[in-house]
Amino acid sequence: MLFGIEWDATNSWTLAVSIFPILLHGLWVTLQATVLGFFIAVVLGLVLAVLKAAPTRLVSWPTRLISEFLRDTPLLIQLFFLYYVLPEFGIVLPAFLTGAIALGVQYSAYLSEVYRAGIEAVPIGQHEAARALNFAPTRTFTHIILPQAIPRIVPAMGNYLVSISKDVPVLSVVTVLELLNVATIIGDRTFNYLVPLSMVGGLYLIMTLLAAQGVKRLDMALPKTGIPLK
Amino acid sequence: MNEMTWTDYLPVLWEGAWVTIQLTFWSTIFGALLSFAAGLGKLSSNRALRWLSVAYIEVFRGTSLLVQLFWLYFALPLVGEAIGVNLRLPPVVAGILALSLNIGAYGAEVVRGAVQAVARSQYEAAKALNCTRRQTLFRIALPQAIPEMMPPFDNLAIQNLKDTALVSLISLADLAMRAEQLRNYTQDSPTIYTLVILMYFGMALVLTALMRLLARGVGRWRPAGR
Repeated sequence: MLFGIEWDATNSWTLAVSIFPILLHGLWVTLQATVLGFFIAVVLGLVLAVLKAAPTRLVSWPTRLISEFLRDTPLLIQLFFLYYVLPEFGIVLPAFLTGAIALGVQYSAYLSEVYRAGIEAVPIGQHEAARALNFAPTRTFTHIILPQAIPRIVPAMGNYLVSISKDVPVLSVVTVLELLNVATIIGDRTFNYLVPLSMVGGLYLIMTLLAAQGVKRLDMALPKTGIPLK
Repeated sequence: MNEMTWTDYLPVLWEGAWVTIQLTFWSTIFGALLSFAAGLGKLSSNRALRWLSVAYIEVFRGTSLLVQLFWLYFALPLVGEAIGVNLRLPPVVAGILALSLNIGAYGAEVVRGAVQAVARSQYEAAKALNCTRRQTLFRIALPQAIPEMMPPFDNLAIQNLKDTALVSLISLADLAMRAEQLRNYTQDSPTIYTLVILMYFGMALVLTALMRLLARGVGRWRPAGR
């Protein structure tokens, strides 16, 4: 029994049917962690991107080093670091929140690159034209550059959203009851790992294929010439 | 009991790091082979081969690595039991298999993309010169495509190094596992995890340097004048 739902281990089919609602509980936690982690990554990534583009090297270089460090070290170790080291300094967070922060921190480094690439992909002529028309730098950025960068940035962000969902199972090591953790608990108790783990694989496949379709549609729907921000 | 200082951790952590290096090495090699097999398979004119490659790529890119690892380690033996074959994999085999299959699926899309990006005129010229399909692939398309694959391959190699940390969850004594053991023993998590995260970062820097060397090596295959 898990989440108050009994399973029927008579045979593999009855087990599969009876554990489906339990797995949906896990899936819900996975989705929550994905969205929260993504939100943190979006905000923190923007901060990193802005600091990396800072006019003084005193700011941009350390930020680049931090970003490289976050991208090159395993999520599992970053998670353990937050989970075991922060409490030593008096910061005790629930496992779910720690996990979402770890996901957000790791992916903020990736997203900062997405922002940078999206902005740099806007042709230099656009900057020159804005200057020729006597636009102030802020106005150039918000009215000319950003509207054209967004259609390039958003689909890439969508792909990272999918990647985050595939990294959520790592959170099971700090006791977060996400989809994979729920499945292994069922496996531990019924001695049948095949059914729950295969179902998790199937659910992931459905989820990511649907999400990939969504990202593709989004990519096609976004006007390549830019989105006016007004 | 708590008489260990950070210098005492290093030999234990180094033992784990060596396992991590070996895992990264083998799974990157096998992953690269799978990348070419599935990437070229997806472009093949043989429908069965194409279908098999697409299925492999979608399944392993579409699911989580940890799910794949657990499936190979915990669920596969049950499949073996059902069909009367012993499929109980030792952790190291399950680990390398899962890592290679996973990274290979990502690499396959890189290979496919790079081969497709070779200019059409190159294929037309090869046809005009009466090259066989095999010659066109190995002597015309791949030498031009491989240098273009190197930057994404660098990223994938780093991703693979980071992913090896997950094999500690099927009881393989890699760097992440050694850290966990030391933490249980000494409770000195700040020192241990700082050391470990720096070791991973150091390995990633070395790996990037190696991939740059490799990129420079295959860069000579680029046609002259480009």
